[in-house]
Amino acid sequence: MTLNIEKDVLMLMLERMWRIRHFELKLTEMYGAGEIGGVHLYIGQEAVAVGACAAMDDSDYIAGNHRSHGHPIAKGANLKKAMAEIFGRIDGYCKGKGGSMHLADFSVGILGESGIVASSVPVATGAALASKLEGKKFVSAVFFGDGASNQGACHESMNLASVWNLPTIFICENNQYAVTTSYRDTVAVEHISDRAQAYNMPGVLVDGQDAIAMYEATREAVRRARNGEGPTLIEALTYRFEEHSLGLEKIRKSVYREDKEIDEWRLRDPLEILTKNIVDTGMATQAECDAVSTAVQVEVEEAAEFARNSPFPDESELYKDMFSSEMPVV
Amino acid sequence: MTEKMFMQALGMGIAEEMRADPKVFLMGEDVRASVYGAAAGLHDEFGDDRILNTPLSENGFFGAAVGAAAVGMRPVVETLTSFMWVGMDQLVSQAAKMRYMFGGQATLPVVYRAVMYYGGGSAAHHSDRSYPVFMNIGGLKVVTPGTPADAKGLMKTAIRDDDPVIIFEDGTLLGTRGDVPDEPDFFVPFGVANILREGTDVTLVAIAGSVPHALAAAKELASEGVSVEVIDPRTLVPLDKETILSSVAKTGRLVVADPAAKVCSAASEIMSIVGEEAFWDLQAPMQKAASKQVHIPFAQSLEKLVYPSKEGIAESIRKTLD
Ligand SMILES: Cc1ncc(C[n+]2csc(CCOP(=O)(O)OP(=O)(O)O)c2C)c(N)n1
Ligand SMILES: [Mg+2]
Repeated sequence: MTLNIEKDVLMLMLERMWRIRHFELKLTEMYGAGEIGGVHLYIGQEAVAVGACAAMDDSDYIAGNHRSHGHPIAKGANLKKAMAEIFGRIDGYCKGKGGSMHLADFSVGILGESGIVASSVPVATGAALASKLEGKKFVSAVFFGDGASNQGACHESMNLASVWNLPTIFICENNQYAVTTSYRDTVAVEHISDRAQAYNMPGVLVDGQDAIAMYEATREAVRRARNGEGPTLIEALTYRFEEHSLGLEKIRKSVYREDKEIDEWRLRDPLEILTKNIVDTGMATQAECDAVSTAVQVEVEEAAEFARNSPFPDESELYKDMFSSEMPVV
Repeated sequence: MTEKMFMQALGMGIAEEMRADPKVFLMGEDVRASVYGAAAGLHDEFGDDRILNTPLSENGFFGAAVGAAAVGMRPVVETLTSFMWVGMDQLVSQAAKMRYMFGGQATLPVVYRAVMYYGGGSAAHHSDRSYPVFMNIGGLKVVTPGTPADAKGLMKTAIRDDDPVIIFEDGTLLGTRGDVPDEPDFFVPFGVANILREGTDVTLVAIAGSVPHALAAAKELASEGVSVEVIDPRTLVPLDKETILSSVAKTGRLVVADPAAKVCSAASEIMSIVGEEAFWDLQAPMQKAASKQVHIPFAQSLEKLVYPSKEGIAESIRKTLD
């Protein structure tokens, strides 16, 4: 097998995917121990964010959604600060004011996540508008779900990005369900990517379990965007291995999806797929790939310790950051 | 100083700031043609790249303005107050909350210009006076100019401000005239009320379009021997409560004239502050001269009953003297 992709990109993707996986396995353990509340897990979807972000530069922007530990980690966020934020601590990315659904790191181009489904799509589109107005080369990508794809904010943004020819990359992570509702019951076209036609932009359907496929599709979308050729809609077909959020495991006993379907998708684990691809090329051995995972586990343990030891924000923080300068308390 | 219409003064403020800073741009529906008036001439001067006609997608372009601001631009967005409901998610969930929610990382120098038509037989969907809603949300600066000079000076301050600002451009004032400073370094600071008329017997706080009615009522009361102090807060967030409180300490009486519907209005908030902080200064119950708590009816015979008028404000002042 030969690949049109460099070894360091592959290994970076593998590392970032393991960082997300181990980070969230740790969160699951901590949730079980009562250390944190329920959060939305990205397990099963890691290839989407990692493949996409690997095709972007540090100066490019991304925005995410409620299921967004993976997006900032894929873009290069620091695990300690991310974990501390999930713990609501002062050393977290947002000084404990954002939490699991809002892990913004503006310093590496993460414009933040949104708890309101689809609400960050217009924001990311606006970052692309700034790029165009200022004649800059940076692009802006936004990750949103199949459920979000039905929001007006998505449709308005795709139309806006197309008529203004903006360097926006719309990445729909079709994990097939919005909580318990199948996209087949809510999306009128066969594929969400088909909607791109209505906005006169390319619509690309990608295997979201395959980091290399995601990387290649995003690389082409980034190329177009930087060249002034406008936006792209990428639909990454993927699957949420766990329930909608920690704490909602009981839902699985309901009828919205079959255990068989979950088992089949688990056979398409994005980490196994990427590892196999790397080993098959001969660029790295199985042992080298395993070593990446082991190293990341240490990093995650350190992040957990860091988060536990960071203090909660004190009362002096309560009114801070409402405005850019201090305002009288009303 | 040159005499200008309120609407021209708004446009002067935008044009001067666009000349001063290439990061300022204007976007909205039909802004190139300046359908609402204040943007007249801007497209000729600044061209397509800085005056952007948007699709009818308030949620989409309100949010695009947030994103552009987040990465360093200074967008000015034109809309009607009543259309803000459609883009409310972006105003509340993003513009207002991003800085706090992200621990201070987001700086959002975006201005939403809400043209506030009412009083002209436009019925319920085109007559909103919604600034109190935005006072309640937090994270947004809420600006309500009452004179042409303030229209220019507050617009310029809004565009230079690093926080999201909503400036409510009162439709009943757009045609009013007044002296406006020509100097490009004329700015009206936020959080500083304007004492439009000094007086000793009653404090009358007047917001946005109620300013001319308040001044007329004060004049009428003067002929009856009552000295009314008229204060325009100019910005509701931040609110210059000190000026109001020290006036009430002097007069012992308060009336607030507010074109918004009376329940949870700006008047409600101002009266609550005075109640909490200056109760013992009061010599009479405070009076709220706000709009009636109804949707805006189309029929002129009904609509004219809704808003605070000169007569209604005068009536409220007299009540404090009973
Ligand atoms: C506007 C809005 N409506 C409803 C919700 C509640 N909610 C949170 S996540 C979610 C499902 C989102 O589905 P999708 O976009 O497919 O993302 P996924 O959770 O599958 O990653 C819902 C309904 C919300 N947060 N925001
Ligand atoms: Mg989904």
